[in-house]
Amino acid sequence: MSGQDRQLPGLMEGFIAIVRRDLLLAWKRPGDVLNPLFFFAMVASLFPLAAAPSPEQLMLNGPGVVWVAALLATLLSLNSLFLSDFEDGSLDQIILSPQPLPLLGLGKAAAHWLLSGLPLVLVSPLIAVSYRMPADIVGVMMLTLALGTVSLSLLGAIGAALTVGLNRGNALLSLLIMPLAMPVLIFGARTVSLAATGDPYAAGIYFLAAYCMLALTLAPFATAAALKISNE
Amino acid sequence: MWSFLHKLASPPHFYGISARMIPWFYAAGLLAVAYGSVAGLFYAPADEEMNDGFRIIYVHVPAAFISMSAYMVMAIGAGIGLIWRMKLAHAVAAGAAPLGAWFTFLALITGSIWGRPMWGTWWEWGDPRLTSELLLLFLYFGYMALRAAIDDTAKADKASAVLALVGAVNIPIIHFSVEWWTSLHQGSTLLKSGGPAMHPDMLYPLLAMILGFALLFAALLLARVRTEVLHRERRTRWVRDLIMPAGEAA
Repeated sequence: MSGQDRQLPGLMEGFIAIVRRDLLLAWKRPGDVLNPLFFFAMVASLFPLAAAPSPEQLMLNGPGVVWVAALLATLLSLNSLFLSDFEDGSLDQIILSPQPLPLLGLGKAAAHWLLSGLPLVLVSPLIAVSYRMPADIVGVMMLTLALGTVSLSLLGAIGAALTVGLNRGNALLSLLIMPLAMPVLIFGARTVSLAATGDPYAAGIYFLAAYCMLALTLAPFATAAALKISNE
Repeated sequence: MWSFLHKLASPPHFYGISARMIPWFYAAGLLAVAYGSVAGLFYAPADEEMNDGFRIIYVHVPAAFISMSAYMVMAIGAGIGLIWRMKLAHAVAAGAAPLGAWFTFLALITGSIWGRPMWGTWWEWGDPRLTSELLLLFLYFGYMALRAAIDDTAKADKASAVLALVGAVNIPIIHFSVEWWTSLHQGSTLLKSGGPAMHPDMLYPLLAMILGFALLFAALLLARVRTEVLHRERRTRWVRDLIMPAGEAA
């Protein structure tokens, strides 16, 4: 009877616990957080070096390059989302826990965004300045990146859950997620381009926000289903 | 009706029934394609603007139609397999993917050949349907790669089913977002309110080709699912009896 008397932790507590745990783990191993960030900055600086564009071209192509770099950096960090949990067995505990698995999957995705998406958004103005983007465009770019990386984290969690435990997971994950992430990439980059040329761009922001809401609602359930399948 | 479906879902029954269905699908499909090709390529009047160049639609449009229908077949099969745990539905999804990828490839190639004289370029990134067809091909590749990476069949079935369903939710969004770019592709002439804007002599061969491609797709799909079922059930008694009839065994 004592088992029934014991109070289970609430939903919010479970969610916060998993986010805090992932943040703490990242704090102990800062390289995992910093590497994708360096990767992002390097890819973004490869383009001007390789293409040697004129300042106008740079401003024209800048949004696209920043967005492609952001997508690649996110994919790079996604591979390890469930990997260490899978290897040390804590993924089993997460799946067995009384908390609903979609909620915990959402927690993992939230921690991933805090550790990869948010730093990316914060670093992006540096790249924008080096691409000579005007100051008012930088805000639009940061907004699209913020909305877009949330969607990418949620979408990527599905792919990471499907490929966890597979030896060939890394390239496979990118192959699975890239076509699905295309709407985010198109709208993210095109919205910034529209803002740069002085055209109305609000529709793009609305689309990104709507996509983000859709991913927030549906993706955790797909992640949970995928986790159960790859861990059975 | 239900008992028929239940029977169909059992692999030995499916194996027997499909053997009798396939020749009919092939025959009807070839008949429709034969009529469509002859009527479309020789008897349909040439187009005002595009001259004889328009005749590639008799391959391009059916291929594009099947490329998308195949994904629907795959996603529905995956959904049924995931929800009702029907193994045959998973086999259908697995069989539809490579076929769908080939039809997508065919649609891309014919679209590209058509684009060369019409747009003056082999490939046009600004065209939404060409681009979303390419992304569809990538979705097929991802699905097949995930399936190939997992050794356990039951696990591969379920994991790829989740991916197929996530893809099915995303396809309209992908299509719409690509459409957001300015379009070069001519508007759809078939699905217009007030009936198709096409001369009947051009239209009927096209409809026959679409029907023929669909029937051939069904025949090829059944053939693929048959081999898939045979492979999956290779350790069962009925497959052994099929290959080695009772007299020869022992």
